[in-house]
Amino acid sequence: MAKNRVLIIGATSAIAQAVARIYAERQASLYLLARNGDRLQRVRQDLEARFRVSVNQATLDFGNLSAFAKSITNAVNTMGGLDIAILAHGSLPDQQAATADPDLVTRALHDNFTTHAHFTLYLAHYFRKQKRGTIAVISSVSGERGRKKNYVYGTAKAAMTTWLEGLRAELRSSGVHVLTIKPGFVDTPMTAHLPKGPLFASPETVARGIVRAIDKKRDTVYLPWFWRPIMAVIRAIPEPIFKRLNI
Amino acid sequence: MELSARRPRYHRHNPGWSIVNPGKSIAVRSWGRHFKYWHYLVPLAWPPDHLPSAQDTGGSLLPFGLGASYGDSCLNENGGLLLTRKLNRLISFDRDSGLLRCEAGITFEEILKIIVPEGWFLPVVPGTKLVTVGGAIANDIHGKNHHRTGNFGNHVPAFGLLRSDGSKLICSQDSNSDWFQASIGGLGLTGLITWAEIQLIPIETSSIEVETVKLANLDEFFTVSAESDQRFDYTVTWLDCLAKGPYRGRGVFIRGNHVGKTDGGEVLRVHGEPRLMAPFNAPDFLLNPLSIRMFNTAYYANQRKKSTTSLQPYASFFFPLDSVRNWNRIYGRRGFFQYQFVVPFHGGKEAVARILDLIAESRQGSFLAVMKTFGEIPSRGILSFPQPGITLALDFPNRGTKTLRLFNQLDRIVCEAGGRLYPAKDSRMSGSFFRQSFPEWESFSKFIDPAFSSSFWRRVSGE
Repeated sequence: MAKNRVLIIGATSAIAQAVARIYAERQASLYLLARNGDRLQRVRQDLEARFRVSVNQATLDFGNLSAFAKSITNAVNTMGGLDIAILAHGSLPDQQAATADPDLVTRALHDNFTTHAHFTLYLAHYFRKQKRGTIAVISSVSGERGRKKNYVYGTAKAAMTTWLEGLRAELRSSGVHVLTIKPGFVDTPMTAHLPKGPLFASPETVARGIVRAIDKKRDTVYLPWFWRPIMAVIRAIPEPIFKRLNI
Repeated sequence: MELSARRPRYHRHNPGWSIVNPGKSIAVRSWGRHFKYWHYLVPLAWPPDHLPSAQDTGGSLLPFGLGASYGDSCLNENGGLLLTRKLNRLISFDRDSGLLRCEAGITFEEILKIIVPEGWFLPVVPGTKLVTVGGAIANDIHGKNHHRTGNFGNHVPAFGLLRSDGSKLICSQDSNSDWFQASIGGLGLTGLITWAEIQLIPIETSSIEVETVKLANLDEFFTVSAESDQRFDYTVTWLDCLAKGPYRGRGVFIRGNHVGKTDGGEVLRVHGEPRLMAPFNAPDFLLNPLSIRMFNTAYYANQRKKSTTSLQPYASFFFPLDSVRNWNRIYGRRGFFQYQFVVPFHGGKEAVARILDLIAESRQGSFLAVMKTFGEIPSRGILSFPQPGITLALDFPNRGTKTLRLFNQLDRIVCEAGGRLYPAKDSRMSGSFFRQSFPEWESFSKFIDPAFSSSFWRRVSGE
């Protein structure tokens, strides 16, 4: 089997770094995109020094949607093709601040949905033509119910999950694999300020689950697995009760 | 396909860290498990440009890797801990020269996984691979090869130090050499070590050729030790600390060398994921003088011949205890102490003999009394613990004042012999003993970052 060519967007996120290490260990060809060039370089150096691979990197301004197409074209040209694209970027908005400042809502939707939607359009366009490829996107279990503590983020993730569901149906006949990744709590810089409980998983655990789900061409994966039954219960709570719960 | 949108207006500088649950402190224990201190935790995701203000973390900061120090040198009660574990990236690895440059939160376990298959090994390893590079420098750790290679700090050509005023120092013997010497063995007090260079040593296989020699008493230790130091890179002795009288100092001398390809060693292979785990604290009655005596006697009797030779994987030679994750829980809820001292060769033998007598009489010792000679290679750090002489490390279950009284008696012998205790293992030595046995403490203290402190330092410096 030829070596995979893997594009990782948001490559400095903790989960993305762990995913990149797995693919680098498999000697895949890697192209990393992220906002912060200095941190991106640290990630690239680590992969190259650990696994003796050569890794490509480019910075990206996530605010500039019109530059996305070019970024993907560059990645494809540099690697001589593309097999797997993983979208790992995002931000956790402060719910209270966001409900007081509509601009923060716009920003949260931009960071956690709009940018992903744009990227997947370009990726779908490319993969459809070659009749294969994988688009793997990190959504979240928080998109499954609107919790009062976190519904700005949850809304963006719900939109993303719905978007990916539609995209998967559309691309099914083209042989393109679309994976929706739904992690629960992960111990990353995004959640660093939160107190940790037993439900928190490490980025490495989640990364192994992501790569396994890509290998097995799954539609949706909950990570770790126990979030599937937990979310089944939470989805089943009738709204008159749910709205009274403090979760 | 053309898509466009207004750029949302936001810019938030992300410093690479945030405070966990700001304003609320969280309990942290060190390896000995008898301290449970509250801290403000600051996980570092990236080597930071600046540190959090000490005002937000109870007034002070201290770097914290894996918390493998036994006592309070890695704790900062009611203050902040800078958690370094996510600073685990390599920066470069020259496979020809063996020079490794990495961030300071990477562990020895992670490094060995990368370097062993490439024919390299860490120049100095302690009894566990679950330590970070930053912690190894800050405690200037030693290993079974001290008589040949000195401390870990002797193999660190350079490292980066971030101070709370935002200054970044590159420290080596040529640049900022005063900070270099202060930070090696500096207990994390001089600032945050963000990256380091390590000069690795070449190996041909991942096996160690191990020879074990039965020792009938303390005198034999000195004979065997003297003739081993020239021929073996690694030497260590296990002592039965409950043996009395003519048997005092009986034990097993263990010595080894890396094995070459032609000598039938295993090819280069990484080993040593833990197979067992201590899932909870053992009940206190499990470790009692009788059970420990049975273990020690069995261990000693197990070595039937005067000497045996075998090939061992590096992990079981260097890190036997790592095969049980969280083995420190066997000492129960009250935790345990480790007492490690060094005494100079001159007069050291008599001091060791008196100490072994006291411990055997007290019936408090545990298994794992480990003895070794330190060589003449000078330590680089101002506060580095090793000095030429004999070092002995013993575990003691925490039996409260009874245990502490014994330690005070041992302190007097160590002190009279001109020796000192290892800060990384200490939980209780008096400030005056520390200041007397580390007279360099005063010149060292000029290098302490004004925003940094530790429970250990406040205890011994009389702050």
